Amino acid sequence: MSDGVIPAHPTDVVENVPPPVGDNRQERLPRSRRAAALRDTLIRSVVPVILALVAGGVLLLILGTNPLKFYASVWQNGVQNGSWQDSAMLAAPLLLIAVGLILIFRANIWQLGYDGQYLLAAVLVTGLGPHITGLPSVVFWLVLFLLTALVGAIWTLVPALLKAYYETNEIITTLMMSFVGIDLANILVKGPFQDPTVNIPQTRTIPSNLMLPSIPGTRVDIGVIVAVIAPFLAYWLLTRTAFGLRLHVLGANPRAASHVGINVKRLIINSFLISGAFVGLSAFVDILGVWGYVRSNWNPAYGDTVIPFVFLARLNPLAVIPFIAFFAILSNGGDLAAANTNVPTDFLLVLVALILLFMTVIEYFGRQRDLGQSYLPPGLKQVFSRPIIPRRRGTREVNS
Amino acid sequence: MNEAGQARSAAASTTPAVELVSISKAFPGVQANDNVSVSLYSGEIHCLLGENGAGKSTLMGILAGMQQPDSGHIRVAGQEVVITSPRTALDYGIGTVYQHSTLVGALTVVENLILGESRALRLNVSRATERLSEFSAMLGVEIDPNALTSDLALGRQQQVEIIKALWRGSRVLILDEPTSMLTPQAVTELQVVLNRLREAGLAVVFITHKLHEAVALSDRISVLRQGRVIGTIDREQVRESSPDELESAIVHLMFGDTLEDASAPELHIAIEEREPGSAAPADTVVDSDGAAVALELNDARVRGDGSQPGLDGVSLQLRFGEVLGIAGVDGNGQRALAEAISGQRRLTHGQISFLGAPVASLSVWQREKLGLRYVTDDRLGEGIVRSLPVSVNLVLKRIGHAPYWRRGQVKRDAIDRNARELVEQFDIRTPSIDTRAGTLSGGNIQKLLLARELTGEAKVVVFHKPTYGLDLKTTRTVRNMIKGLRDGKAALLISTDLDELLECADRIAVLSRGKVVGIVENGPGAAEQIGRLMIGDVSLGLAAA
Ligand SMILES: Nc1ncnc2c1ncn2[C@@H]1O[C@H](COP(=O)(O)OP(=O)(O)OP(=O)(O)O)[C@@H](O)[C@H]1O
Ligand SMILES: [Mg+2]
Repeated sequence: MSDGVIPAHPTDVVENVPPPVGDNRQERLPRSRRAAALRDTLIRSVVPVILALVAGGVLLLILGTNPLKFYASVWQNGVQNGSWQDSAMLAAPLLLIAVGLILIFRANIWQLGYDGQYLLAAVLVTGLGPHITGLPSVVFWLVLFLLTALVGAIWTLVPALLKAYYETNEIITTLMMSFVGIDLANILVKGPFQDPTVNIPQTRTIPSNLMLPSIPGTRVDIGVIVAVIAPFLAYWLLTRTAFGLRLHVLGANPRAASHVGINVKRLIINSFLISGAFVGLSAFVDILGVWGYVRSNWNPAYGDTVIPFVFLARLNPLAVIPFIAFFAILSNGGDLAAANTNVPTDFLLVLVALILLFMTVIEYFGRQRDLGQSYLPPGLKQVFSRPIIPRRRGTREVNS
Repeated sequence: MNEAGQARSAAASTTPAVELVSISKAFPGVQANDNVSVSLYSGEIHCLLGENGAGKSTLMGILAGMQQPDSGHIRVAGQEVVITSPRTALDYGIGTVYQHSTLVGALTVVENLILGESRALRLNVSRATERLSEFSAMLGVEIDPNALTSDLALGRQQQVEIIKALWRGSRVLILDEPTSMLTPQAVTELQVVLNRLREAGLAVVFITHKLHEAVALSDRISVLRQGRVIGTIDREQVRESSPDELESAIVHLMFGDTLEDASAPELHIAIEEREPGSAAPADTVVDSDGAAVALELNDARVRGDGSQPGLDGVSLQLRFGEVLGIAGVDGNGQRALAEAISGQRRLTHGQISFLGAPVASLSVWQREKLGLRYVTDDRLGEGIVRSLPVSVNLVLKRIGHAPYWRRGQVKRDAIDRNARELVEQFDIRTPSIDTRAGTLSGGNIQKLLLARELTGEAKVVVFHKPTYGLDLKTTRTVRNMIKGLRDGKAALLISTDLDELLECADRIAVLSRGKVVGIVENGPGAAEQIGRLMIGDVSLGLAAA
């Protein structure tokens, strides 16, 4: 169609997807350029976080708290004295959801139904678990492991089929399914899964001997291991397998995907199922590792927390690990630090908001001066940059 | 006219509107521009010529603010300037029309134009409509301000693009290969528009691979080769030489020798060595003349997209050892035909047989495996994935299959080995096999596609506009490749370029509104016959309307 050498014109549909993650498949750049690319990536990824911490520090000063003391307290309560273990357990479900989102985002598909998928899986674990306690524990875990993955996957099926067969916008369908899932989970908690022995609406509790065991010598449950393996598995999928390349082709150029003979419908459905399965697994790790039961109207909305970090990591499943770790420490240590220093706990939300704000600022300057790769893949960028102008249908002119 | 003529000669004698001075630009592995100096004058059309990858688009990209030069500088009206972005370029009065559309299809013409205004907060539609009609009058075109741009024909869209580039009062207009996708009629219209712009005193840069366009339009010609300006033909020379003289002067500059000496038939020999022409299998279907039928369409019907017709009951036979041409004005079902054969589109009726067996229900990959190949015309839109390396693009149609993938896992050695072979065999000019395919020049992207489709057990190849945007030499190479398929294979050549069909095809079918309206044996008088078939269609169309 055109001649390709002209890069990113603002309104041009240029493939600006994150590069395929396997570096050795990428252009072998001369060292200086590689260093520059690395520098840009670092600026893009780390600077918003640092700026947010600095701006947050200023805010703390205004609130009359010594920011250094506050951040030191975050460190003490989030990492030191064994508190890293709680941070790790907090990070586990986040990591699994991040992986589930990264895989499908790579195909330029915006599956945002994570809350419904997570909650349904969580509720079914607590609903079904107490009925099958007679099973050997390993079988018990295996059954619930598969169940959560299956529930998460099934809950993506409607958006997946609609997307594959009717090209329905998945942002809308996954969000709708998510609302339905959240409500259904609530109904289940208050109805069939209600613990008959208590008065408040909550499910039965998984017996403590069937909760996931800890890694010897720590409080950390083995679910964290599952969560840490996931990004590596995703990385392998993306860089080494035909499936990963197909995802990349679909994300970068869907028309090329059909042209080169990729079964696009099947690929779309599979990527939804896999994404949903990872989200479902986060409930397995979280419920059997930490909570043991679910209350009605409980929704940790992990996915919302994870999304900024998924983009900060540029959809790279390994790069997302440090970001999630950072957040888990901040969140875990921050709660106590806030209590100790008399800062409202909402301050943590302010920090996350500040990170997002600075991401936006850097995105803006990055566009102006061509600073490395955008956080947003092109599909999403187009959604955001579409002008909102009233449209009048004009007269038609037939293509000659 | 008189006034304009004076303005023209006056402008030509003054300082150039834009001077590019000693511009150099390197990309990993290539020096795209090497100390290039070019001056653009008001009231002149300056033609940039050069083979694929010579650095034309790069040079203009630098002027348009898409890229920064490594060294050298730019003067606008004698003032040295630094152009950091397309927006600054516009601020300096430099507008660009890219080869692909930058219009938002869902918006009307006026809305698109307002969108181009730098800091429009409020929409002043009536003012914009007025301004549009001024521009239309100046260019001598008619544009409905309230038409959705996606409903406009390509040529009309391009006129909107030109107005958009001029919207903020640009005095310099860059057009990168504006004619390669236009119908002959639209090309003529564009030439009229450009002449008007010249009269209005603009400096126009015009990049093309078609010599006759360059000869017909330009006041000044610069030829690039391997990143350097190797020759400029200035105003006086252009005016004094006859079209033929000019053409041969350009060819001489571009290729050193005359084109005949420079032709490179080695490529097609190389293909044959790699896969010796397999004679048609013994048990194949034979047509009435006793020739083996490679591909047969029987009353094939396909849905079209949008206002474009699909196929409306097409029956064709392609025999082994022949090149069957498909002529017709663009947008008469060419793409539907190609995609129906390749498997990208399902038939709603009828049958396609390949080597005597029905294939209508087979997937793209299954047909590919049988040896049915498709070289798409939409090279960037669907042919390649720009962000992936050349090596991976060369196996894109075999993802997941041996020897490049085994048990779902990639075998990088096999992919790289294949890429190295093909890059050498098809003379793909790329810094390395790991270079992102999107950075190759147009001609080399086409060679990449040819390499991908012609290797392995290719038996029947569908070519869709295989030479648009290619330089003379590469065009020649590609046509030789197509003709080379006569040796035991078969080719379907869909083209809007009648000369190309007359040069390569044995028989030529004329496609009109999704129907084959006639098939002509190539030979003396074929051109007139085809012309008549195409005109017959137009009058039929009028009668129906
Ligand atoms: N963004 C880029 N990154 C790397 N290499 C590039 C880039 N843009 C252009 N090149 C290389 O620079 C050289 C010149 O390319 P350019 O597109 O300017 O050629 P061209 O004269 O426009 O060719 P064509 O007639 O095929 O359009 C080519 O070798 C091309 O591969
Ligand atoms: Mg070019």
